[in-house]
Amino acid sequence: MSISTTAQNPNTVTSGRTRKAGMARMLWSNPRARVGIIILVGMILVAVFAPVLAPYNPSANSFLPSQPPSWTHLLGTTLQGQDILSQLIWGSRNSLGVGFAVGIIATALSLLFGVLPSLGGKLLNTSFSTFTNVVLILPGLPLLIVLSAYLHSSGAVTIAAVIGFTGWAWGSRTLRSQVMTLRQRDFVIAARLAGSSQIRLLTREILPNMLSLVVANFMFSILFGILSEAGLQFLGLGNVNAVSWGSIIYWAENGSALLLHMWWWFIPPGAAIALVGIALALVNSGIDQISNPRLRSTARKGGRNQ
Amino acid sequence: MRFFLNRIGFLLLSVWAAITVNFLIPRMMPGSPVDAILAHFQSEGAPLGPNALHALEQQFGLSHAPLWTQYFGYVNNLFHGQLGTSITYYPLTVTEVIGRSLPWTLGLAGTATIISVLLGTFLGIYAAWHRGTRIDATLTTVTMFTSAIPYFWIALILVYLFGFELNWFPQLHAFTTLSNGVPWWRFSADVLYHAVLPGATIVISAIGGWLVGMRNNMVQTLGEDYVTFARARGVRDRRLMVFYAARNAILPNLTGFAMAIGFVVGGALLTEVVFSYPGIGMQLLTAVENEDYPLMQGIFLIIALAVLLANFLVELIYGLLDPRVRQGE
Repeated sequence: MSISTTAQNPNTVTSGRTRKAGMARMLWSNPRARVGIIILVGMILVAVFAPVLAPYNPSANSFLPSQPPSWTHLLGTTLQGQDILSQLIWGSRNSLGVGFAVGIIATALSLLFGVLPSLGGKLLNTSFSTFTNVVLILPGLPLLIVLSAYLHSSGAVTIAAVIGFTGWAWGSRTLRSQVMTLRQRDFVIAARLAGSSQIRLLTREILPNMLSLVVANFMFSILFGILSEAGLQFLGLGNVNAVSWGSIIYWAENGSALLLHMWWWFIPPGAAIALVGIALALVNSGIDQISNPRLRSTARKGGRNQ
Repeated sequence: MRFFLNRIGFLLLSVWAAITVNFLIPRMMPGSPVDAILAHFQSEGAPLGPNALHALEQQFGLSHAPLWTQYFGYVNNLFHGQLGTSITYYPLTVTEVIGRSLPWTLGLAGTATIISVLLGTFLGIYAAWHRGTRIDATLTTVTMFTSAIPYFWIALILVYLFGFELNWFPQLHAFTTLSNGVPWWRFSADVLYHAVLPGATIVISAIGGWLVGMRNNMVQTLGEDYVTFARARGVRDRRLMVFYAARNAILPNLTGFAMAIGFVVGGALLTEVVFSYPGIGMQLLTAVENEDYPLMQGIFLIIALAVLLANFLVELIYGLLDPRVRQGE
């Protein structure tokens, strides 16, 4: 929620490629962002290599039920006798997949509604902005719940689409306000007076300077997607038979894991979601610190005891 | 004045949008809710009266009247406070069911939100003032973690730890069922006791956004020239912190309110489900599970209207306090 809207210093405008490399290097040199990136990449690798890494078939229910963690079942088994570690590893595919799909859909939509209207006139601009504000203010999760009630146990693709279409408005609003600020900057005005077309202005002058904001927005959308998918699955509104982190918790709650003191059933999937969330938040705060120098915590030294 | 009209216009527009979305969803989605409803009543052996049938027709477009006629019928019903009849709680109307559960949600989520806004703002001021120190780093890191964790998981862990393992707090529900006839103060104490864990869930998850937002705004204002000048003039630290820096940092932090309240509503909904708290969120899930489409639609509309109204009020206060907002856009 703390996306900064401060622009990068326009003096650093160079060719696109060196800037991107520069930003990646800066992100990597930021300790918070580096930890976040390492966690994220690690989890993506786990999802990709799930068939190799998972010790058992996630839906095989041939093991002793309700076993606490042991060497044969590192995270124990469910009430139905499934291996929880295998479920967790396979579940990362669904959860991360939906998260990234939502990230892409929502970011595309927020660019479409937040940036593109600036090419048109005032009327177009205001009407898109009003539309964005209306969508932003409609409560997302209740809308999602109602929609999925009508869609009936839908697949991952439908879920991702529905979440993406309900979750783009905030990003659109921050991107729009950034475009409005950048348009008033001297270097953009100079480029316009030099005869650049609107499209060229947008793609060559404005968009490169808000790259960090777009990336931050993408991260937020992924997190939003993962959390929403988990919430829906937890409520039993997705496809409860597909293995995902949310559906593991759904089955745990339905199988009275709390009453039976089976903490190993519901804590790991939630921890996995939290880990992704923390990784994304770390990368984001790294981006924030790079693009908004005032937030760097070394800003003030010994000021209080002057 | 122009600002005021502008905000009212936006409120009306968004209310219209909410009503229209609510009208269109059942008509655009695959599968017919009416069939589900009729099947439900036939299996219960309680056939619907002609009035109820007519109401259903209007609500879900069973009739083959043109969409526009249906739309006006629907809006007309809404203005007369008619949201239809609940299937789960037949013969109660949707309005009655909502009337019973809304106070619970408002009490729980409302109080928890106010606590988290106040606490988050206060801690944000504190962190910004001590920025660069270990306290600041700890506070921002911890809240960054807590706001990345799903609400329902925090809820589950709290119930598990304090409800099932330690037995300090009740595990479920909003009050003890056998509390009929007890004096009101004992009942209130019971309700408060039950509200601790769900309330704590909402506060833990919601506080982070407010804290980090406030801290970042405050760091910005602390860097402004007028603050430096005031410090040079010898204004006391506490005064500088509260009346110079914090005062100007609070308002921008409220801009996230529209977003925040949406999250809180969603989170409160999941929290209620974990605790079987008899609020509107629990009711929404019951409605979904029982294919109670009238109740579902009604609850969505009420939640949407409540969020729109809350946002409208915050914007008004914002406009009253900050003259720049009134003049801008």
